[in-house]
Amino acid sequence: MTTLAILGVLSSALFSGTSLLYATLGEIIGQRSGVINLGLEGTLLVSAASGFAVTSITGNPYLGTLVAVIAGGLTNMILGYLVIERGANQLASGLALMFFGYGLSAMIGKAYVGAKIEGLPRIALPGISNLPTLYSSLLSFDILVYLAVPVAILVWWMLFRTRWGLGLRATGENTDAAFSSGRNPKRIRYQSLFIGGLLAGLGAAHLSIAYTMTWAEHMTAGRGFIAIALVIFSRWNPLQAIGGALIFSGAVAFQLLLQSSGVQVSPLLLDTIPYVITLLVLIAMGGTRKQSTPAMLGRVFSGSE
Amino acid sequence: MIRKTEKNTLLQSETLRDTVVRYVLMILMVIVFFGLILLIYGINPIQSYKDIFSSTLGSAYGFSEVVVAMIPMLITALAVAIPWQVGLINVGGEGQLYIGAAFATWGALTFSSLPAYILLPLMIVLGMLGGALWSFIPAYMKAIGLVNETITALLLNSVAPKLVGFLIFGYWHSAMDTVKTANFVSAARLPTFFGTRIHLGLIIALVLLICFWFVMKYTRWGLEMRSIGGNSHAALRNGLPVKAYLIIVACIGGAIGGLAGMTQVSGFYGVLVNNFSTGTGFMGFLICWLAGGKPLGILLMSFVVAVITAGGNMLQLTQDLPYAVINILLAFTLFIVLARPSFFGRNKA
Repeated sequence: MTTLAILGVLSSALFSGTSLLYATLGEIIGQRSGVINLGLEGTLLVSAASGFAVTSITGNPYLGTLVAVIAGGLTNMILGYLVIERGANQLASGLALMFFGYGLSAMIGKAYVGAKIEGLPRIALPGISNLPTLYSSLLSFDILVYLAVPVAILVWWMLFRTRWGLGLRATGENTDAAFSSGRNPKRIRYQSLFIGGLLAGLGAAHLSIAYTMTWAEHMTAGRGFIAIALVIFSRWNPLQAIGGALIFSGAVAFQLLLQSSGVQVSPLLLDTIPYVITLLVLIAMGGTRKQSTPAMLGRVFSGSE
Repeated sequence: MIRKTEKNTLLQSETLRDTVVRYVLMILMVIVFFGLILLIYGINPIQSYKDIFSSTLGSAYGFSEVVVAMIPMLITALAVAIPWQVGLINVGGEGQLYIGAAFATWGALTFSSLPAYILLPLMIVLGMLGGALWSFIPAYMKAIGLVNETITALLLNSVAPKLVGFLIFGYWHSAMDTVKTANFVSAARLPTFFGTRIHLGLIIALVLLICFWFVMKYTRWGLEMRSIGGNSHAALRNGLPVKAYLIIVACIGGAIGGLAGMTQVSGFYGVLVNNFSTGTGFMGFLICWLAGGKPLGILLMSFVVAVITAGGNMLQLTQDLPYAVINILLAFTLFIVLARPSFFGRNKA
């Protein structure tokens, strides 16, 4: 194992953790307001496919990212209409959204399977660009990687330091109280789902436009579900979500290291490592999460009628 | 904590006429929405619908194919409906299906010299054992208060297909093809009927459905399960072994999920193929939810979803649409049922 190989593994682990962090942050916002989006996987797929398609057509990765972000927000609005307006069961609506995402993304992406694009450009930080080319190319990342942690801090600030965030958390904890103190729970939930969708779209854009730079059906491969697990792990706190995403990155790095070091293990078994480690971490953390779960998570609110 | 908060109110407080009109309008909405999608995609929707109809309900063969598609849906829906009675949400059907199929396949490959009347029951037991083991993990985590069962099951759903793929690639693949096992011997195949692909799994599913209905309605176990589902605290105070019930019922659900996998490999495919199921377990959850966990509803909803799937398969062949488009049609149906549109100005959600 050379230093170069290890750096390569770490760099690609960081890439795969970034998309997950954005998706987790989005899901945290939604769940803090009391809506669980089990269809995150579908949202991610629709965003990834539409972002990739637009990048492929226009050749502009920034435009593609923008479209992916908007697509994420809009996809979440379907869930919003069902669970907020129509009072539908959140788990069932989420799974329906997942099926919708599988279908729609396959339709959007059908013409672009195997297409090549110019991804988001990689930017080297000042100190890094002086290193030998091989190192600097491994250590320069696209803008979304650099922005991931600041966005997490921003989300934390929005949730815990603004009036809007207070109203959002109140809606998730006690909808009736939030309503009677003059908040509009339905509007807050729509807002939080929309912003959550935007963030999921950002994560998906990073996956298809910056990291893999390809489109394949089901390319998210369960990341949506891992993100939901990380929400529990992070106790609905955006700052702890950074740690969650790092654990996932670590798991991916471990998997890649094993693969590249020539250990005779089936790649299929190695593929299960991120899921198994996520699960093990949840188990290790178990029992402490009760206080932080939004009390109204999954409940229907109809008080304003 | 995720709780089951509202019951399915589709069939309550409506006259029969309203219900019928409502369902017809809902079906029309689905047809129009999906037609629009097809139109955008440059495909003639009317021709597509003709194809769907003629390929499913229009012929005896088409109808038999619908029934074939219905079998795994019935069983996976039942795998959700049983834990549902005690308030557990089983979204792990997909994983249970895979592991059940793998266990049954191991039986079929290892004991291929046994006669069918021993081998098939053995495979059924193995399949159920596999599914039960797979669902024991989330159930136990839940019972000792560690991790919510939903999230464990969802993560395990991603693990199961890879594990099965590993077994196929590593050990079980046939000499010709690395993505599937050798074809099962005829003793390991569930018998089929009337020269169609309808297999014994249908009878198994219907018998299980009747058993489920009977147990829930007429036995002490059913009463106790319903009381745990209704108010687990009250049940505990009344001296019911709630924790044991939760684990056992979750494992029974998992066993049924595993059975669905066994009937698929033994009855439908006759071979274990890598990634053979694309969301059947999830469909079971949705069917059960749409049916409100009621046996008759499960039968009806499975039929509707099976028509969509079988029709979608045909569309894929004739119109060159990706398979996943079936998912859009299915999702539209679900969205509209979930949204419960009010055509009569009442029935507010």
